[in-house]
Amino acid sequence: MNLDQAFFLYFAAMIVVFSIVTITRKNPVYAVMALLVVFFHVAGLYVLLNAEFIAALQVVVYAGAILVLYLFVLMLLSVPREALGAAAHRRWPVYALVGGATTFEIALLLARSKFAPRPGPYPPDVVREMGSTQAIGTVLFTEFLYPFEVISLVLLVAMIGAIVLTKKWTPAQGGEEGR
Amino acid sequence: MPETHLPTQYLPVLLLLALAAGFVVINLVMGSLVRPKRPSAEKLTPYESGIPPIGQAQRRFNVRFYLVSMLFVLFDIETVFLYPWAVLLKKLGMFGFVEMAVFIMILLVGYGYAWKSGALNWD
Repeated sequence: MNLDQAFFLYFAAMIVVFSIVTITRKNPVYAVMALLVVFFHVAGLYVLLNAEFIAALQVVVYAGAILVLYLFVLMLLSVPREALGAAAHRRWPVYALVGGATTFEIALLLARSKFAPRPGPYPPDVVREMGSTQAIGTVLFTEFLYPFEVISLVLLVAMIGAIVLTKKWTPAQGGEEGR
Repeated sequence: MPETHLPTQYLPVLLLLALAAGFVVINLVMGSLVRPKRPSAEKLTPYESGIPPIGQAQRRFNVRFYLVSMLFVLFDIETVFLYPWAVLLKKLGMFGFVEMAVFIMILLVGYGYAWKSGALNWD
């Protein structure tokens, strides 16, 4: 086993272990903290793939922003721990079915398809030469110009949606009062 | 054996992480070995600034916090796209500038809406 594999195995094992920790905690705040560990190790996998920019984003966006969002949602819901645990226990066959089906599909895909790793226009050497951020930027701002602009629309919709749903509207602002 | 693609320039980062984790673990373990442990009911009571706690710790938070963190996530993602753009600005030239201007303009609509609707005010 060489060093690449050792690092990959470490990150993969930590991701699996802490994913299990995440879904088995009774206290949702502990679950979110375990998810933080998962996010950091996913960032480690990206570094191994020579995708430093994505790794940085993983930490900034997922570990930073999205996790805070999760925490706030948990605190907003403020469901008693016992109720959460009981609900999860009652519905476990559904969760097991969905999870099992997804795992089976992925396994089938990996086993039956001929995954020939075809080198794209940006193999690791090229990416390392020009820099991971530059490589992503070059593709994003030229080839994927329209998807990139559409992202701003998606963000705009999310922004307006969040405001409309959470803001208390006064009659002067033309909405229903007291949501 | 093909040459490794392991990003070796990140070895110092790994070292730093190991040192940081080691520092925390060693301090906690040393502390738990050395310090005296004489717990009493009084000592184990949760406290806040020395005042006896009132009510439940897990109370429902105002939905405004959600709005703030949602807006934070969205502008965070907007900023993320500025990094590769800033790195490539000279290469992309005017084309890249206009492209990013359109992107930011669309998001400025959302910012203006947030401002006008009072979502940025706490009251």
